[in-house]
Amino acid sequence: MAKISYLQAITHALDHEMGKDDDVFILGEDVGKKGGVFKVTDGLQEKYGELRCLDTPLAESNIVGTAIGAAMMGKRPVAEIQFADYILPATNQILSEAAKIRYRSNGEWNCPIVIRAPFGGGIHGALYHSQSVEALFASTPGLKVVIPSTPSDAKGLLISAIRDNDPVLFFEHKKAYRLLKEEVPEGDYTVPIGKADVKRTGEDITVITYGLCVNYSLQAAERLSKDGHDIEILDLRTVYPLDKESIIESASKTGKVLLVTEDNLEGSVMSEVSAIIAENCLYDLDAPVMRLAGPDVPAMPYSPLMEDYFMVNPDKIEEKMLELLEH
Amino acid sequence: MTEIKMPKLGESVTEGTIERWLVKPGDTVEEYDPLCEVITDKVTAEVPSATAGTIGELLVGEGETVEVGVAICTLDTGNGEGTLEAEEEPSASAEETAPAPEKPEAPPAQTADKPRGARISPVVMRLASENDIDLSKVNGSGFNGRITKKDILKEIEEGPGTAPAGKPVPGHAPESTQPSVMAGEEIPVTGIRAAIADKMVQSATEIPHAWLMMEVDATNLVNLRNDLKDDFKKNEGFNLTFFSFFVKAAAETLKEFPMLNSSWQGDKIVVNKDINISIAVAGDDKLYVPVIKNADELTIKGIAKQVNELANLGRQHKLTSEHMAGGTFTVNNTGAFGSVQSMGIINHPQAAILQVESIVKKPVIIDDMIAVRHMVNLCLSIDHRVLDGLVAGQFLKKVKEKIEKMSAEHTSVY
Repeated sequence: MAKISYLQAITHALDHEMGKDDDVFILGEDVGKKGGVFKVTDGLQEKYGELRCLDTPLAESNIVGTAIGAAMMGKRPVAEIQFADYILPATNQILSEAAKIRYRSNGEWNCPIVIRAPFGGGIHGALYHSQSVEALFASTPGLKVVIPSTPSDAKGLLISAIRDNDPVLFFEHKKAYRLLKEEVPEGDYTVPIGKADVKRTGEDITVITYGLCVNYSLQAAERLSKDGHDIEILDLRTVYPLDKESIIESASKTGKVLLVTEDNLEGSVMSEVSAIIAENCLYDLDAPVMRLAGPDVPAMPYSPLMEDYFMVNPDKIEEKMLELLEH
Repeated sequence: MTEIKMPKLGESVTEGTIERWLVKPGDTVEEYDPLCEVITDKVTAEVPSATAGTIGELLVGEGETVEVGVAICTLDTGNGEGTLEAEEEPSASAEETAPAPEKPEAPPAQTADKPRGARISPVVMRLASENDIDLSKVNGSGFNGRITKKDILKEIEEGPGTAPAGKPVPGHAPESTQPSVMAGEEIPVTGIRAAIADKMVQSATEIPHAWLMMEVDATNLVNLRNDLKDDFKKNEGFNLTFFSFFVKAAAETLKEFPMLNSSWQGDKIVVNKDINISIAVAGDDKLYVPVIKNADELTIKGIAKQVNELANLGRQHKLTSEHMAGGTFTVNNTGAFGSVQSMGIINHPQAAILQVESIVKKPVIIDDMIAVRHMVNLCLSIDHRVLDGLVAGQFLKKVKEKIEKMSAEHTSVY
C-alpha cells in the first residue's frame, strides 16, 4: 500500500465509485475541466466524460436542487460546494427538501445524494474560507453529517456515503488535504457511517473530537504519554447522528472528558456530546466535562496572530489535557 | 540584592552547565561583564552581568547542571534589599524564570482542617458508598487534594492502611570487594564531553555506516602548494593549508552528487540546497564542529581563511552555536595528526563524512616504472540508508580526480 494524502484518498473514493456504478456522477463549480479548486476531482471529467463530471453555474441552490432531482430519479449524485462557507444558499434545498423526502413521501421516495465541501481554518483563508458549518446541519433528522480525520477514513466514509440511500453531508478539512498522509487500503474499502472510532486507547482521560483536531489531539497525547499520561482519543467521524454508545462507553471508562472542536464554542456539536455524557454518565464522572473550541466571535480572523488565537492547536490541547489530568 | 539566573541559550535548550566561574564573591562587576561560562550541547557561552554591582554568593558550583531560570549567583547592586530585583534581567531568561502560576491559585491544600467532601465527584461518591469507604481517611492526589477516581480505586484495591512507609528496605547487594584494576584519577563526564558522547552514540547507533577508501596521488597538489605557500603567507597573513584544497574539491563535487549532501529524516530524505561544510576543530580536550557556509561559492583562499579563523576561535573556546549550525557534510582533517586511515563517525544528521589522511611519500608504479609520489588516502563514511556504494564511489572518484588534476595551470587559489 502506498502512502497517499487525505485529498488523494477522496479522489480515489470518487474514482472507485464512478468506475463501479454508472449512476454516480459529480456536479459542482469548476469540478470538471479545472478538476476542482483543490484538485479533488482532477482527471475525472477526462476519464468519465462531461456528463458524469459536470461544471455548474455559480449557484449552490441550483447545484443541490439538481442533485436532489437526479437522486429521486435513481442517480447517485455527488455535489461539490467549493467551500463549506458557500453552502448557505443551498440550505433550503438541504434542510427542507433533501432531509425530508423520505419522511414526506412515507418512504416511497428517497434521496441518495452526497454533498462534499471543504471546511475549516488554519489556512489563512479568513471569514469566507475558514468556517466550520457542521453544527448548522447537525440538528436536522434525515441528514447525516460526516467529517473524516484520516486519509483512510476519508476514503472509506466517502464510499459509504455514496452508497447510502439518504443524504450525506461530507465535510473535508481543507488543511488536512495535503497535511495528512498514510497508507490507505486500495480498492473497495468502506467505513461505517454513524460509528465513532477510538484512535488511541487510554485510561486517564478521554478526548472526544473530530476532523483535523483528531490529529492535533493525537500529537498532544503522544507528548503527554512521555510523562506517563494515558489518554484515550475518540474520533466521532459522524457528527450527526452521534454514536452515543461509543461516547458513553469511553466517558464512563475514564470519568474525565475533554471535548475539542474548531467550531465556535456555544452550540457546537460538542454541546450535544456534553449533554449525552451528562445524561448518561453522571455517576461515572470524576471531573466536570471540559471543552476546548474556537471563541464565540463572528468569524475566523485574517491576521495570522488572530487566526492562531482562534484556531485550536496541539499546544492548546496539551494544556487543557494537563488541566484535566491534574484535576 | 539581585539574582542572576541561568539564561536560555537557544531554542529548545532547557538546562546549562556552569563550566567555569569568571568572578568570585566580592568582585565588582560592570553591566555586561562576563560572570561565568555556561555549556549547553556543544556550545560555550558567557553569561553577562545584568547590572553593575558586587558579586554576593555563587549559588551553583562549577560542573553543576541547572535548569534555565534557576538562580546561579547573587549580585549586590548597592540599592538596598530587593528593590531592583531582576529588573534588568535579560528578557530571554526573565521569560523563563519564576514558575509564576498563570491562573489565580487557590490557597494551599495541606491545611489539616480543610473541609472534606466539598469536592467529591459523582464517581468517587458512588465507589465510596459501594465499597463502604470513609472518604475522610483517603488521601487525595488531585487538584487541591481532591480525591480522584484513581485514588479511590487504589484504596479499594489495596485496602486501608497499606501505606508503603515502613517496609523493610531489602539489603543491597554487597559491593564488590576486590577491584581487579587499581583505580586512577576519576574524570567526571560533564558539559561538552557528555554532549560529544551523546552525539556520537546517537550517530553510531542510529546510522548504519558503510566505509570506503581511495588512494589519491597528491604530487601535483604538493608541488602547487609548495610553489604558492610562502608568497601566500606573506600576502594574506595565514597559511595556505592542504586541507583547504580538499574542502574545495569536496564542496565542488557535492554540487554534482547532491545525495551526499542530504539528510535522513525518518520517512524522507532531505536533499540540502546549501553546501555547508562542517570541519572538526580540537581545542584542548574538546571537539568543536564549526561550519564553512556555502563552501562551494568560496575560493581556496576563502576556505583557507575561514578554516584559519574557525580553528583560532576553537582553540580559544569562542565558537558559538551560530558557528556550529547548519552543516550538511563534514570534511575531517585526520591527516593533521598523522593518521593514514580512519573510519569517521558521521556527524548526525548528515549523510557522510570525508576523512583526509596524511600525505606520505610512497613508491608507486606508473607506466611499469617505480616512482616516488606523494600519496594520500581519502576515507568516506556514508549513511547506508541514504547512499549506496555506487554513488559514494562515484563521488569519491570525482574528488580524487579533482585533487590529481590540480596544478599551477588549472588551479587558482583566488
